[in-house]
Amino acid sequence: MVEVPVPKERWSGRIGTVTLGATREQGGSRSEALEVGGETGMPFLSYEGAMLNRPLIAGEVIDRWNDLQPQVLEEFGNAAKDPAALARKWVDEWGADLVCLKLHSANPEEENRSPEEEAATVKAVLGSVGAPLIVYGCGLEEKDAKVMEAVSNIASKEKLLLCHADEAAYKSISAAAMANDHAVLSFSNLDVNLAKQINILLTDFGVRKERIVTDPLMASLGMGLEYTYSVMERIRIAALMGDSMLQVPLLCDTSPAWKAKETGEEIPGHEELKERAVWWEATTGIAAVMAGADIVVMRSPSAARIVRNAIDEFMGGR
Amino acid sequence: MPTAIEVFKFLPKKNCGKCNYPTCLAFAMQIANSKAKLEDCPFISEEAKRQFAASSAPPIRLIKFGSGKGVVQMGDETELYRHEKKFFHPTAYSLAISDSLNENEVDARIDKASRMTVERVGQILKLDSITVKNDSCDAERFAKAAERVTSRHEGAIMLISKDADAMRAAAAKIASRVPLLHAADQSNFTAMAQVAKEFNCPLVVRDERGLNELADLVSKVRTTGVEDIALDFGASDAKTLLERASIVRKVSVKRLFRGLGYPIVVMAGRGEHAVLMCMTATMKYGSLVVFDELEDFQAMPLFVLRQNIYTDPQVPIQVKPGIYPVNNPSEKAPILFTTNFSLTYFTVLADIEKSRVPAWLLVVDSEGLSVMTAFAAGKLTPEGVGKAIETSGAKQRSTRGELIIPGMVTRMSGKLQETTGLKVIVGPKESSGLPKFLKSLP
Repeated sequence: MVEVPVPKERWSGRIGTVTLGATREQGGSRSEALEVGGETGMPFLSYEGAMLNRPLIAGEVIDRWNDLQPQVLEEFGNAAKDPAALARKWVDEWGADLVCLKLHSANPEEENRSPEEEAATVKAVLGSVGAPLIVYGCGLEEKDAKVMEAVSNIASKEKLLLCHADEAAYKSISAAAMANDHAVLSFSNLDVNLAKQINILLTDFGVRKERIVTDPLMASLGMGLEYTYSVMERIRIAALMGDSMLQVPLLCDTSPAWKAKETGEEIPGHEELKERAVWWEATTGIAAVMAGADIVVMRSPSAARIVRNAIDEFMGGR
Repeated sequence: MPTAIEVFKFLPKKNCGKCNYPTCLAFAMQIANSKAKLEDCPFISEEAKRQFAASSAPPIRLIKFGSGKGVVQMGDETELYRHEKKFFHPTAYSLAISDSLNENEVDARIDKASRMTVERVGQILKLDSITVKNDSCDAERFAKAAERVTSRHEGAIMLISKDADAMRAAAAKIASRVPLLHAADQSNFTAMAQVAKEFNCPLVVRDERGLNELADLVSKVRTTGVEDIALDFGASDAKTLLERASIVRKVSVKRLFRGLGYPIVVMAGRGEHAVLMCMTATMKYGSLVVFDELEDFQAMPLFVLRQNIYTDPQVPIQVKPGIYPVNNPSEKAPILFTTNFSLTYFTVLADIEKSRVPAWLLVVDSEGLSVMTAFAAGKLTPEGVGKAIETSGAKQRSTRGELIIPGMVTRMSGKLQETTGLKVIVGPKESSGLPKFLKSLP
């Protein structure tokens, strides 16, 4: 019999783990704490290294429902306008591991909700689900600095993941995270060196590596997906080869898939726009986990179900 | 291809110059760069030629099937990751048609397959092949179905049967189209290999038990004289597919293990699971995916995934230069320009859409470079932008008389105003600043 060699790579590095959420015993109120990262090989290759933790799905909850597509709102039903109710649906009905709350209504050019109001939204979501929470601001640095401070304090023992810190603005969010031992999402723009650079800035500022998750910028299917895919593979390979500043779990947000024209416009001769849109996001998500994502933020529950089934299968069952 | 030093070992080291190079080493270097052939040396023995051919064979054999316009090329890959260089031959997709269908049903499926096509950033994306399946267990019916499909579809054809006689009957009818034959297994490989040799068709070798068993079967098939081989792991789940495909690719290109150096064929089945199998094969080393069923709404994302993964990392995808309407602009809407690098275009487009402000987006040909890079390399000049405005008819679309330029190229404002006669307004440096900027326009 021919003996086919098994080409097991001897990686010298491994990805660190980050814990999100804290249970009652740990001082928080989550039903369980989740660990992400810890890989010792390339994604899903069980002959190469163990995947200690399966990639997780975070259900997106935006507190400004008018930012969403009609088709997504239809899926959300009457929970669409209530973040706490929507978060519960994500966890109870749609199988999300985490909830990703985006506080868009803090935007000064829109509703301009106060940091206190946004903190109250976070409190309400924490009260309605037992899953750990990822929290984004509105994307405007000045306002987010205040929002994140309020969020950090109101959930001081919950070990949130606060998003996001980039090269231009990382100090206020890092300070807000460090004050209560929350984790921080470091964000960079599709480049291995920039991904490393922002993590160096964060650790120099005092954030521990065990509290950093990295977002390399998820470009959606058909809108530059191949760049993200290859940047992620390169980040992961560099990390496994021993580059400690890249040995952090990866987060990918697939919601940009809903900006692709294939998810929003009829194409002559190709019906079933809704199904195509769901597959557009799902394909983006599956490419993300294939390239090494540890957390995938999903917008559509139908797309999330497809990605979760894919992860289950790659892991060899739930 | 072996290195110059490895080639040198085969040479006589006489430095006689009969190959037209001064020394054997110089000659070896030319061979290693594919600029000379070993045969140019008169002293090479037949045995050395044979050994050299074996050592210079590609790690994964190039296998072709189909003819004319419908040729599918599989294999001849050299990389584990696309960023290392590129992936060469995109995963081909095939839709299966059962020979137990009647003629009308067969035609309807061919039509369905032909309609699954879309143009995207200048490429036509479509199914590459049709597979005819011998479900009827009737050789004559199988041959007839193969003939009918072949006469109505110009794509490459694959034939699936477990029965070598049925395979012979069908292959005989369509031999000139060079079908891919599926499959030789433990029980039928001698007879199947005969059919493959008889009609000079490539042959899929299938063993679902494991890679050792598959490699064993491949070596048996090779001893019958068949060299054009593809592999089927018979994987029924994505994990097995991913792991076996990864092992095969890696041992072939990194360890130079030759026993499985062939392209991989995946029988994906139907439904949601088939799409997952296809995505796995597209990203990780599959050369051909065969669907029992495939819906248009699943085919579109698969086509684009394949287009993305098989893009040459060194040659950016380019958007067609021209003027594009965003948010239903009227002639009072402003013109903005950017470059034709797809990522730049998509980012700018998304940010204008986000602003909900109607605008005309002018895409200027920068040979696929981003704004900064193109400007620095002289591929984005006031003259080029001026020309783009003329050829695209931008001034007829927008009569506002203004041009918004990327903040990164402020320096071209003066010259641009002169060339175009438009009032130049400097936009934000980063695309993300566009929503705020556009909303603040008077």
